[in-house]
Amino acid sequence: MNTAINIENISKSFPGVLANDSVSFDITSGTIHAIVGENGAGKSTLMKILYGMQKPDNGILKINGDIAKFQSPKDAISAGIGMVHQHFMLADNLTVWENIVLGIDSSNLSKIKKSKYIPDITDLSKKYSLPIDVNLTIDDLGVGEKQRVEILKVLYRGANILILDEPTAVLVPQEVEELFENLKNLVSQGVTILFISHKLDEVMEIADRISVMRGGQHVGTVSKEKASKKILAEMMIGKDLPTPPSRETLISSENCLQLKDLNGVPSLGKIPFEDINLEIKKGEICGIAGVEGNGQRELSEAILGLYPVESGQIFLEDIEITKLSTRERRLTGISFIPEDRQSQGLVVESNLIENIILGKQSSNTYSSKFKNVLFKNASKNSKDVVDNYEVKTPNVQTLALALSGGNQQKFVVGREIDGKPTFLLASQPTRGVDIGAQALIWDKLKEARDMGLGVLLISADLDELLGLSDKLYVIYEGKLVKQLEPTEATPEQLGSYMTGLGI
Amino acid sequence: MKIYLKILSFFTPVIALAISFGLTTFILIMIDRDPVETFTLMFDYGTTGKSIISILNRSIPLYISAVAVAVGFKMGMFNIGVEGQYILGALIAAQVGAVLILPRPLHVLTIFIVAAVVSGIWAGISGYLKVKKGVHEVISTIMLNYIGAGIVAYLLANVFFEKDENNSLKVPQTNYLSESGQLPPLNNILGIEDLPNLNSFIIGAVFVGIFYYWLVWKTSLGFDLRATGLNPVAAKFSGADPNKLIVLAMLISGGIAGLVGMSNLVGYFHRYTIDFPTGLGFAGITVALLGRNHPVGMALGALLISFLERSSQILDLNNIPKEIERIMQGIVILVVVVSYEVVRRYILTQEVKLASRMVDKDE
Repeated sequence: MNTAINIENISKSFPGVLANDSVSFDITSGTIHAIVGENGAGKSTLMKILYGMQKPDNGILKINGDIAKFQSPKDAISAGIGMVHQHFMLADNLTVWENIVLGIDSSNLSKIKKSKYIPDITDLSKKYSLPIDVNLTIDDLGVGEKQRVEILKVLYRGANILILDEPTAVLVPQEVEELFENLKNLVSQGVTILFISHKLDEVMEIADRISVMRGGQHVGTVSKEKASKKILAEMMIGKDLPTPPSRETLISSENCLQLKDLNGVPSLGKIPFEDINLEIKKGEICGIAGVEGNGQRELSEAILGLYPVESGQIFLEDIEITKLSTRERRLTGISFIPEDRQSQGLVVESNLIENIILGKQSSNTYSSKFKNVLFKNASKNSKDVVDNYEVKTPNVQTLALALSGGNQQKFVVGREIDGKPTFLLASQPTRGVDIGAQALIWDKLKEARDMGLGVLLISADLDELLGLSDKLYVIYEGKLVKQLEPTEATPEQLGSYMTGLGI
Repeated sequence: MKIYLKILSFFTPVIALAISFGLTTFILIMIDRDPVETFTLMFDYGTTGKSIISILNRSIPLYISAVAVAVGFKMGMFNIGVEGQYILGALIAAQVGAVLILPRPLHVLTIFIVAAVVSGIWAGISGYLKVKKGVHEVISTIMLNYIGAGIVAYLLANVFFEKDENNSLKVPQTNYLSESGQLPPLNNILGIEDLPNLNSFIIGAVFVGIFYYWLVWKTSLGFDLRATGLNPVAAKFSGADPNKLIVLAMLISGGIAGLVGMSNLVGYFHRYTIDFPTGLGFAGITVALLGRNHPVGMALGALLISFLERSSQILDLNNIPKEIERIMQGIVILVVVVSYEVVRRYILTQEVKLASRMVDKDE
């Protein structure tokens, strides 16, 4: 069998992030090849490189054996690559056939001839068994049909390699089945399909081969016969046996954070999290393990007051905070390490002095009685954080974007632990950072816990969860499905609960 | 930041102006006029005492308008409606001022406050619409400009008009402010003789600049505004309430916009007439861009635009089309904005390099 795509040592970095770290693997033509990994594992960057939206820093890309140097998606399209985006790129008020020819008709100002295109499109739709009424307006179509139009659109442009970015995210189960039928059909006609997902069930059902990415690296490629959900989960998350938690201090009996029967407001017909009951004491780290997209993000935003809660209560030190604004919650002592430091935790175009204030701009530390910013304190505290957390920077006047990812993260962690918060919500605190920074962040988290800080640790990194947590829950589809003993749990166990097995 | 980067950033406007002059020279040669003569004429005329006073007076409303726009810009909002806000504010303030009888400082102050409140509310409508209905502020402020202009025209013609001597004709202007509502020029205090009046609201403009600097760079509210402008998501996570900020920013921006018309109202016309200058709201956007939302930069920008406008008046008399000034303005804005961006990016990459070199050295 021929190889459709060779990816050889592709690397791509952005300021502060190594998104792809010499990734190499091959994709056999006429197969469905899945790429799985957590958000931020580097899947999207790799796809953008394949589709010409981004240029790699290093490495070679071969399409059907020829070296490809794409300057733009246009080049990728002419090389036969088509992309079906997760969010549809369709003009809602135009018809199906108009959308399909949109952008390729070169007849200038003359009228676009319906008769010229419709037979071609109908043939194509028959050939690949993608039934659709070409005269309907996009507005009148269901989600699954819209996706079909997207697929037809790229096929019409002559694509024989299709990239589907999380295609099932927007579909209901019946539509997913239909899509899979269509994809199998396409492959039987010689089309190559790249299927990006983090849903292991689906990948196991549809893919011929599966490549796993983690932290910008290609962890491995396995054929379907040799893969199982467990193996894939372990590859996605990392499976080295972690060291058991070492602690000398005792967990306090005082309550830090309590969640009582917490339910999130449904969005897109899905309840993001359901009946969450948690009790975190002072000096305790409570871990929540889960594959991304199982309600962790909504839950953490709900604790911060950014995601609406349908019912239930949140208590901080036995005081109810369910109705408080984010600012008020911050002032009562909630600290937050966000999962995405660059977009949620930093103003990267500002310097470190300004960034140390972020999140505490109305606290006594940084705001005077007359609501003036106390830059003197900011300057001092930012220097302290830089020193204590080994942030490598020329000085605190440096813009945050100039720092490497690990140093940015150390700075964010330092800022959030500093100033004696009552409770810390840490979401993926070491994702995408180098090993050195990771070790330092873990030590600092333990240190803060020993001083009496209550921590909710949301993570997909099993080492981190097993190494730090005093108690451990697994979240799956918005529910805390299992409580495990961190000292006794194995990565295999965790992996199976995280993927919905063994419940 | 390294010293040489600071120097570079400081001299950017100078370099940009030099390039602009170069381009203008090229255009002058193309239309067969002597560039040296043109620039000499403009410079000589623009630096006479009369001209300097005129330039300063022109700069006052321009600067305040730029500050009003900049408040919005700083949090990523585009208040294109300064135009409608200030004319409406000025008209209402003129009418209230003409009716009121108060001791001087209070009278003048009341006029300012009325103008700021009216303009602030007018701008606040856009903030409210954005928060409650998701209407983009560019759309709503532009539409409110037209509505504002319509209201001004209606009020002048039908409500606030003045009767002529025979009490028969309606003249579309408000009554004069009594003396207590007027600000005398600064000439006497500064001992300026034989020159036109220097508008004393220039002091007001300086205060507006200081207020803007304090508000945006020194207060917690300003911190929220800037953080929201640079990274709305991180600002939200840090506890800033975007909806509250949108409304507040529009109220403040509009409040400052209300002061745009004050130099002309209390210091020159002493009434609202159909001659009351318009277009200052749009010119303010230009100045804010030129001055990069910086309190001092915008002052220089306002002076530069005023200088170009004033000094070009001499050109027609010397058979040089004075439209060359419009072209110059365009070139200056374009070149300045582009060079700022180029230098900003250069400095960013240098900073990244410096920081990574530091890490390499360490490991």
